[in-house]
Amino acid sequence: MTTLIDPPAPVPADTPPGAPLLTLAGVGKRFGNQVTALDGLDMEVRRGEFLSLLGPSGCGKSTALRLIAGLAEPTSGRIVFNGERAGKATSTHPSVGFVFQEPTLMPWASVFGNVHLPLKLAGTSRREAEPAIMEALELVGLDGFRDAYPRELSGGMKMRVSIARALVTKPRLLLMDEPFAALDEITRFKLNNDLLQVWRQLNCTIVFVTHSVFESVYLSTRILVFRARPGRVAAELEIDPAQPRDEAFRTSPEYAALCRQTSTALAAAMNAG
Amino acid sequence: MLARATHRLETSPLRWLLPLAVLGLVVLGWDLVVRLNDLPPYILPGPLRVLDTLVADRDVLLGSLMVTLRTTLIALAMAAVGGAALALLFASARIVEFSLFPIAIILQVTPLIAIAPLMLIYLSTDTAVLTCAWIVAFFPILSNTTLGLNSVDANLRDLFRLSGAGRLQTLRLLQLPTALPYFLGGLRIAGGLALVGAVVGEIAAGSAGQGSGLAFRIVESAYRLNIPRMFAALLLISLAGILIYAGLSLVSWLLLRRWHESALGRGN
Repeated sequence: MTTLIDPPAPVPADTPPGAPLLTLAGVGKRFGNQVTALDGLDMEVRRGEFLSLLGPSGCGKSTALRLIAGLAEPTSGRIVFNGERAGKATSTHPSVGFVFQEPTLMPWASVFGNVHLPLKLAGTSRREAEPAIMEALELVGLDGFRDAYPRELSGGMKMRVSIARALVTKPRLLLMDEPFAALDEITRFKLNNDLLQVWRQLNCTIVFVTHSVFESVYLSTRILVFRARPGRVAAELEIDPAQPRDEAFRTSPEYAALCRQTSTALAAAMNAG
Repeated sequence: MLARATHRLETSPLRWLLPLAVLGLVVLGWDLVVRLNDLPPYILPGPLRVLDTLVADRDVLLGSLMVTLRTTLIALAMAAVGGAALALLFASARIVEFSLFPIAIILQVTPLIAIAPLMLIYLSTDTAVLTCAWIVAFFPILSNTTLGLNSVDANLRDLFRLSGAGRLQTLRLLQLPTALPYFLGGLRIAGGLALVGAVVGEIAAGSAGQGSGLAFRIVESAYRLNIPRMFAALLLISLAGILIYAGLSLVSWLLLRRWHESALGRGN
């Protein structure tokens, strides 16, 4: 008994950059009857942007991501996906990729098998899927490791496999839930740069959940600062997309100023909560 | 330092030689006790006497070994299929798990030796022995496989949902591989238990004067005060147990060697 995927209107490629890709209007999410994770969340994701959701733990930013993915249903409000109301998890967009906080790989499958998974579940055979899989592995620099098993890889490499798996369906929207939180700083910087390159190359939209001010400023074109109890957006910061993101930027006064500005917004959001 | 020494020990031939040397010493001690005290074979036969009996009675004993092995392996196969199938049923409907699991536990905690005589009343000897072996082998497979099927990584489950996976796909590609190491662990326990069950069944049936398995030979030899043959039969039962365990370990290693921690050497 296979649930058929009913792709709700793939995002038209001609949606102009900056136009809203999806909108959350008055979205609330309650778990049981006590915990209110989100209340009255209004936000939009614009096509082509790198959007970071920044906030303290428990502010509902991960919940917002799961709602966008369709892994959970909002208790109130609406999520409108490119003009259409988002459906249940089973009818999720094939054009949405999700990267979890942990690599979440299947230990019994090779790197190739793990990246194949989303296509396999959609009925694409190994041979048909091979070009797409190899392309995704090349994007994350792991094409030489197709036959390795997850246990043979380092933490950073596992995360790259996880990203390749999310990219293999060529999603227009990539959702990432604190993907680099468990990695050491050196690996994290490297993956930050590689992720930016993938983002530019694929011309996709990324929503990135993080609790690191520095990471969010380095990566994003826009940052939404969340406050907790109840979770909602407290502040919004734009960062010039034209700004090159490299080591020079990481050590520049502009970067420091943006980090200070973001930290201040975060501190204000936390005091308000 | 200690870790390195341990590692060296694990890979060196000492790993095999040490237990063999200890076993050899025990046998030597046994032989000395018999010789020095001049014990008659009907009290305690020496190891050589036991080996002689094994060779002399090989037709009877090997025939019995085959009977016991056959019972054990059939019971194990039935337990593997039945246990895994019931675990799958449990995983797909919690209400079945709530209804049946306590009964499986009752069956497990009641001592088999106490049930065996009852089964001999209602079933033919062969079937009763087989049922004994099956009952004890069934539970570890059921409980381990159930645990395995319930151990699926929550994020992977979400990923399958996101990719629009159907129930069968999720079962085949996610739940079964997750449960496999648990199932194999249960199978290894069940292998030893199936042999215990077969022996218990045969001993219970043996007093009724039927059957021809190894345990029956032990009971029979005891009546005839043929102590060397009792030892020879016991030796064969131990060997059968070792053989089953080794075989199942090999199966487990073959299936898990690429990915599971349990099957990986501690190299590097």
